Amino acid sequence: MSSELFNKPISELAALLEAKTITSVELTQAVIARTQTVDERVKAFNSYDTADALAQAAASDARRAAGQSLGALDGIPIGIKDVIAVTGQPLTASSKMLANFVSPYDATVTQKLKNAGAVIWGRLNLDEFAMGSSTENSAFHTTRNPYNLDCVPGGSSGGSAAALAAGEAIATLGSDTGGSIRQPAALCNVVGLKPTYGLVSRFGLIAFASSLDQIGPFTRTVEDAAILLQAIVGHDERDSTSFKTEIPDYRAALKTKKGPWKLGIPKEYFGEGLDPEVAAAVQKAIDYYKSLGCEIRPVSLPHTEYGVGVYYIIATAECSSNLSRYDGIRYGHRSADANDIVDLYFKSRAEGFGPEVKRRIILGTYVLSSGYYDAYYLRAQKVRTLIRQDFLNAYNEVDAIITPTTPTPAFKRGAKADPLAMYLCDVYTIGVNLAGLPGISVPCGFSSGGLPIGMQLIGQPFKEADLLAIANAYDSAHDWAKRTPNL
Amino acid sequence: MSVPEDLNIDRIANLARIALTPEEKAKFSAQLADVLTNIEKLKQVDVTGVEPTAHAFPVYNVWAEDVAQSGLSVEDALRNAPAKRDNMIVVPKVVE
Amino acid sequence: MKYEAVIGLEVHVQIKTKSKMFTRVAAGYGHPANTLTDPVVLALPGVLPVMNKAALDAIIKAGLLLGCDIAPVCKWDRKNYFYPDSTKNYQISQFDQPICLNGSVEIELPGAARNIQGEHKSIALTRIHLEEDVGKLNHEAFDSLVDYNRAGTPLMEIVSEPVIKSAEEAYAYLTSLRATMIYGGISDCDMEKGQLRCDANISIRPVGETKLGTKVELKNLNSISYVRDGIAHEIQRQLAVTQAGGTIVQETRDYDGEAGVSQSLRSKEMAHDYRYFPDPDLMPVKVDAAWKAGIQAECPELPFAKQTRFQNDYQLPYTLTSVLVWDRALADYFEEAAKLAGPGKAQAVGNWIVNDLQRELGAAKLDLAASKIRPAHIAELVKLIDAGTLLNNTAKEVFIDMAATGESPAAIVAKKGLAAAPTDTAELEGWCREAIAANAKSVAEFKAGKESAINGLKGPIMKASKGKANPKLVDETLRRLLAIS
Repeated sequence: MSSELFNKPISELAALLEAKTITSVELTQAVIARTQTVDERVKAFNSYDTADALAQAAASDARRAAGQSLGALDGIPIGIKDVIAVTGQPLTASSKMLANFVSPYDATVTQKLKNAGAVIWGRLNLDEFAMGSSTENSAFHTTRNPYNLDCVPGGSSGGSAAALAAGEAIATLGSDTGGSIRQPAALCNVVGLKPTYGLVSRFGLIAFASSLDQIGPFTRTVEDAAILLQAIVGHDERDSTSFKTEIPDYRAALKTKKGPWKLGIPKEYFGEGLDPEVAAAVQKAIDYYKSLGCEIRPVSLPHTEYGVGVYYIIATAECSSNLSRYDGIRYGHRSADANDIVDLYFKSRAEGFGPEVKRRIILGTYVLSSGYYDAYYLRAQKVRTLIRQDFLNAYNEVDAIITPTTPTPAFKRGAKADPLAMYLCDVYTIGVNLAGLPGISVPCGFSSGGLPIGMQLIGQPFKEADLLAIANAYDSAHDWAKRTPNL
Repeated sequence: MSVPEDLNIDRIANLARIALTPEEKAKFSAQLADVLTNIEKLKQVDVTGVEPTAHAFPVYNVWAEDVAQSGLSVEDALRNAPAKRDNMIVVPKVVE
Repeated sequence: MKYEAVIGLEVHVQIKTKSKMFTRVAAGYGHPANTLTDPVVLALPGVLPVMNKAALDAIIKAGLLLGCDIAPVCKWDRKNYFYPDSTKNYQISQFDQPICLNGSVEIELPGAARNIQGEHKSIALTRIHLEEDVGKLNHEAFDSLVDYNRAGTPLMEIVSEPVIKSAEEAYAYLTSLRATMIYGGISDCDMEKGQLRCDANISIRPVGETKLGTKVELKNLNSISYVRDGIAHEIQRQLAVTQAGGTIVQETRDYDGEAGVSQSLRSKEMAHDYRYFPDPDLMPVKVDAAWKAGIQAECPELPFAKQTRFQNDYQLPYTLTSVLVWDRALADYFEEAAKLAGPGKAQAVGNWIVNDLQRELGAAKLDLAASKIRPAHIAELVKLIDAGTLLNNTAKEVFIDMAATGESPAAIVAKKGLAAAPTDTAELEGWCREAIAANAKSVAEFKAGKESAINGLKGPIMKASKGKANPKLVDETLRRLLAIS
């Protein structure tokens, strides 16, 4: 691994900070300098506030000097996807609609990170309103894959994945509705965890599809994912869908939970459309688990093929309603030439939203419209039940499921102009959201073209401790993440 | 791919309150038809007797006690407003 | 051809809670514009709703008071439509699983005269569901201004079956419903503050026809009297159109209560398509027996039940009960005073409250709660009169003093020397003996059985006492002396 501070994992930096070998200000300056050097090319950030970050870092150093360190995250610069509210900072969702919006409140996760002493660092780019798989749908600019600037970083949390891979943050937060953390993590050679639905509060996360959205960490190692997850989980009385459950010590679980595990391989995830290099890399990872004594079993998730259809009905229906609030009345873009109130809605929304957002609002409006509800939305919810049941059945036999995260490594920018082709990028990640399960993408190799490959481990509801332990068994024995990009 | 007859893009755009150009209408109609064709697959699934999933982990009675807390100041409430007057949001005249 | 009217009412009632329906910022009326908002009320990006337990308790109470079936499980749906008073452009409401189903509102129709109890009738309810109120638009010359203070206030929608037959029935329905809500502590139902709002669906059909006619929705009925007047006006309008050979168009009309006219609201909106679907941000509600029982225990006696009880237990006439029972505080006040006054004095207590107390409070523009005269004072006053210590005419004077000072009637009587004289029975007896001696004719007539002849003896006694003699004592003393003379 590079000796540069900005490329080190949280676990190592926390030890250096604790030993007072470095200060948070030094670390934050290193991250700022790196960002100022490479972000012109990577374009991971929508904005950042160096003075604010350095002030937070100085406060962290002061706490530590006074013997009041708040723990492993105190003084660690963490980048935030630009859909998570931070008081006094822009909150744009990479949309023209919210280009000038400044949040008057903190998301619950933001508050939790602040309570843990983290340095809240920058606003990271995404596909507009988290709708997309390439970050090409940002209204501001396209984020590049640090491993090949002609390729996409994945999406929608492309900025979160790319910034971390490029050394522009020590860890980042993203959100995942159909794969928006795991897919860019796989494409950018970092770890990305989507927690069980309800484990992390959604309060302060701009909603795309409320029944599917979850916030999760991007980190360099599985151990870091455990550290960052620990800081953001927990029941929140401001989120009615937040779940009351006992929170274990995730980092400790990496050591206490030992295999061998029973791991399931769903044949539906290894069929047509899977790139052979990706298949080979994931197979090698499976072989590694076998070498640890894990039992590898075939499992079946027979309703997998319906996942994309179910997802695009539920997600668009929910988004069509969630995005109605962006109307140019109380905040956001207001058209300058509206004749009346109805015209103001039509024009503000036409001008404020990009094509993919409009497309999904239109589709979602259609599937909910009079006469179609039963045929589309209700049926999709029923098939969702079957998809969920598939997973729960499999967990009668195995502890976790291994799949590729994505069918292919990162593709070229502009390569998927057809929306349906883009939607199919999420074929392996969508089921996890529909079933509400935790899923993690862990780097597991590189293509011959030098592009990262990720495998996905899917766990049981609220058993993140087990999932992280299984992922860590592989991750701690491999060093794919140390292959940093040449920038 | 042909556009389904019942995909009345004008009606849908009106419900969604988004002005679409003729080009957008044509393009979206075709793209949505593609997506809807893919979605048609769901009709093959037998969902007889299957309960719909609205929440992955449903629990009941998630509420808060009725204790009033302070909210935003008027300044904060209207900070992002495109047009305001007399501490209120200005909109084009609404004829009821 | 003879026609009948068919009316269904949709009544919105704001629930009186400290905080809003889905967030904890304060709810209230009359605050400066946009001072009761938070990120949830304004629907800022990223916010989420959380149910208010007290609002759920309140609607369950309303349902129990109105005899509704309380759904064991209900859920929340989004009603999608764009309007500038709605911050999310969807309203969180209940579509196909309302919390209360069926039930009814008992009403009393006007009697033959004011002092005669009218016929009672039960108006069936379809449902009651819970939702959130919207903000308020203020229309200016060239634009409109939006205030979101009201947005998010808990709101019940109470829907009647189309079974109301007249404007008078609608008036009686709202009066009864309003009293029920106030009794339950669910809402203050002040229509001027928008705490109770009513829309009416009105149609007419030939008598005997079972199919409903084309309905017209009447909006902006902002007082109970305007509801009655507006409905009466609309029925007449429909009859006139029909009798002139025209047809009724389905439309929404706005009734101007002051001018007594209505006009069509020609909004150019297309047919509504609200795209209801379950709100993924909220969990469903399950109402178990224990929860219901807990609320049932808090349910007060309703006006009509109280009226029957007052008539039976206190022998009160309809003229008193029809005033007392519609105001829970007044009814409670009466009962407290009646109990303190003791048996047989309830009607006198009721009269003082309904006539004198109400008049004094009205003149001083005071609420009952602010009245200086307390129930114990009324009871004491009635007892003083009954004992003969206080004469009716003097009592009126004492009462005015009580209202002004809050002192007890006994204290006022003592302070002002208003006690009926004489209290010295020897003096009174002396006057009585003189009267008997001086009026042999009246004595003879009385003894012969002419009851009214005793009055001929009382005049001279009152004259001798300069009008201060206690008539009751005079009467008693005279009879005692006549019996032995």
